[in-house]
Amino acid sequence: MSTTVKASIRDERLLHRSLVRRLMGRPELGSVVGAVAVFLFFALTAEPFLRASSLSTVLYASSTIGIMAVPVALLMIGGEFDLSAGVMVVSSALISSMFSYQMTANTWVGVGVSLLVTLAIGVFNGVLLTRTKLPSFIITLGTFFMLTGLNLGFTKLISGTVSTKSIADMEGFESARALFASHLTIGEVDVQVTIIWWIVLVAVATWILLRTRVGNWIFAVGGNADAARAVGVPVTKTKIGLYMGVAFAAWVSGQHLLFSYDAIQSGDGVGNEFLYIIAAAVGGCLMTGGFGSAIGAAVGAFIFGMTSKGIVYAQWNPDWYKFFLGAMLLLATLLNAWVRKRAEDKS
Amino acid sequence: MTALVELDKVSKFYGNIKALEGVSLEVHAGEVTCVLGDNGAGKSTLIKIIAGLHQHDAGTFTIEGEDTRLASPREALDRGIATVYQDLAVVPLMPVWRNFFLGSEPTTGVGPFKRLDVATMRETTRSELLRMGIDLRDVDQPIGTLSGGERQCVAIARAVYFGAKVLVLDEPTAALGVKQSGVVLKYVAAARDAGLGVVLITHNPHHAYLVGDRFVLLKRGTMAGSHAKSEIALEELTRQMAGGSELEQLSHELARTATPEFPGGHRPE
Repeated sequence: MSTTVKASIRDERLLHRSLVRRLMGRPELGSVVGAVAVFLFFALTAEPFLRASSLSTVLYASSTIGIMAVPVALLMIGGEFDLSAGVMVVSSALISSMFSYQMTANTWVGVGVSLLVTLAIGVFNGVLLTRTKLPSFIITLGTFFMLTGLNLGFTKLISGTVSTKSIADMEGFESARALFASHLTIGEVDVQVTIIWWIVLVAVATWILLRTRVGNWIFAVGGNADAARAVGVPVTKTKIGLYMGVAFAAWVSGQHLLFSYDAIQSGDGVGNEFLYIIAAAVGGCLMTGGFGSAIGAAVGAFIFGMTSKGIVYAQWNPDWYKFFLGAMLLLATLLNAWVRKRAEDKS
Repeated sequence: MTALVELDKVSKFYGNIKALEGVSLEVHAGEVTCVLGDNGAGKSTLIKIIAGLHQHDAGTFTIEGEDTRLASPREALDRGIATVYQDLAVVPLMPVWRNFFLGSEPTTGVGPFKRLDVATMRETTRSELLRMGIDLRDVDQPIGTLSGGERQCVAIARAVYFGAKVLVLDEPTAALGVKQSGVVLKYVAAARDAGLGVVLITHNPHHAYLVGDRFVLLKRGTMAGSHAKSEIALEELTRQMAGGSELEQLSHELARTATPEFPGGHRPE
């Protein structure tokens, strides 16, 4: 990790920073503390929570948020939002499903077309943002509503109802399901394939952020875009790339949605964009950009996975989940702001 | 000797606004060219043309004798012109070493395993800053925790390290205290002695005179004067910079008139 400093360049004036203080400089801290607290809470109040089968359920719920939270976190570090991320997942699933069904093509063709179109939506967001220089809040709020309308409109136009026809009997369905919606058993635990997608995405995103040039650029365009541009960082390309990252994850999530149920409700997805943003914010991504981590966002997603299922195990009314979501966002943001202030103190 | 950078009667218009008209300037290796002017004199426009952010509309801009029109800051950097801006030199939340190499990060490995050469980046940052006389405690600290002067110095050290031939400094001392300004001017002199051509933009004639070899005065977008150091004394530079006759008029306006007996208009009971 980046916190290990080689002995040769250690300065004798630099007091060995206590572990606590070093940890406090990490963006993930708040989310890890929160995750431990939430885990203990449900471990004590909900008896079934500690069973192995519950773990796989919790991880599955976490992964469906987590797959999207990772690129959304990268985008937030890059200083932008994507409010269209939630419905984009459903758009991606709809495109895939309807293309295969209407063209009576192999489902893999639909999956491929869906990837291209979803990436194009990401590019559209990115190009519109960098060309118009309008806030991403406005641009993606626009695409959010446009996609919501298109999802419903096209589905009704083509299928006559608000949901798509089942594609379960179509060619290629089983192999596509294996990639996007299968599950394997490791020991006692049932592992959904989305968990693997999630872990791989977190690993790749962390690698990109901390160990590649692009990662350096992502931090820079979020921290100070003008300074980045002045030293030759391709700001526009970086931002468009980040929106394409969100689109890619939306495609993965969308295909998962499609292949786990074989038909899609065209009105779904609305509101999920906030889950992703909250997971990233709880994970230590600054709302203003330039700071955060993919691992933090993953822990943020895990917190929500634990909560959404923990509430069920504790046999409470699931409505409380929404309250928890909001409270967690406020707490985490306050904690992160406080930690940042402490970490940046010169003394 | 050919100038590293030469502007000849360069003009820039924004719509119907003349931001800059007929400004000429030379930058030679191992010399400091100071551009002086009040707010709105056209200093920023001039910088943006040299830095490649904007293109000039008239006149010629030559780099080492070659007529040029820079398309982007990247191109300016590739041609050896590095610009250090007062307020946007660095990304505050990023560690010093990431800032130092921003935009020109060294990598190691091939294909998908191509990665930042973090060890080299850390070492180099530390040793290069030390070479410029900045002894940093920890290259991992966010650069925002450094003082304004130190941040400017890191930016200058970065430009020197990446082989800039011309260093453009935008108001490097504007927001700094006396001592900090002195430190920054020392690095300006160090860069000059390292053989770089320096363009120093400032509205402080005292700072300019300490390190400058030539002085270009801007006023309302036009050139109000251009002098070599041997041709002009500090007093004259200060006077011209401050607006000369305008200052005399101002002093006349500000001169104490006979103080009314009861200021504020209230007569004591």
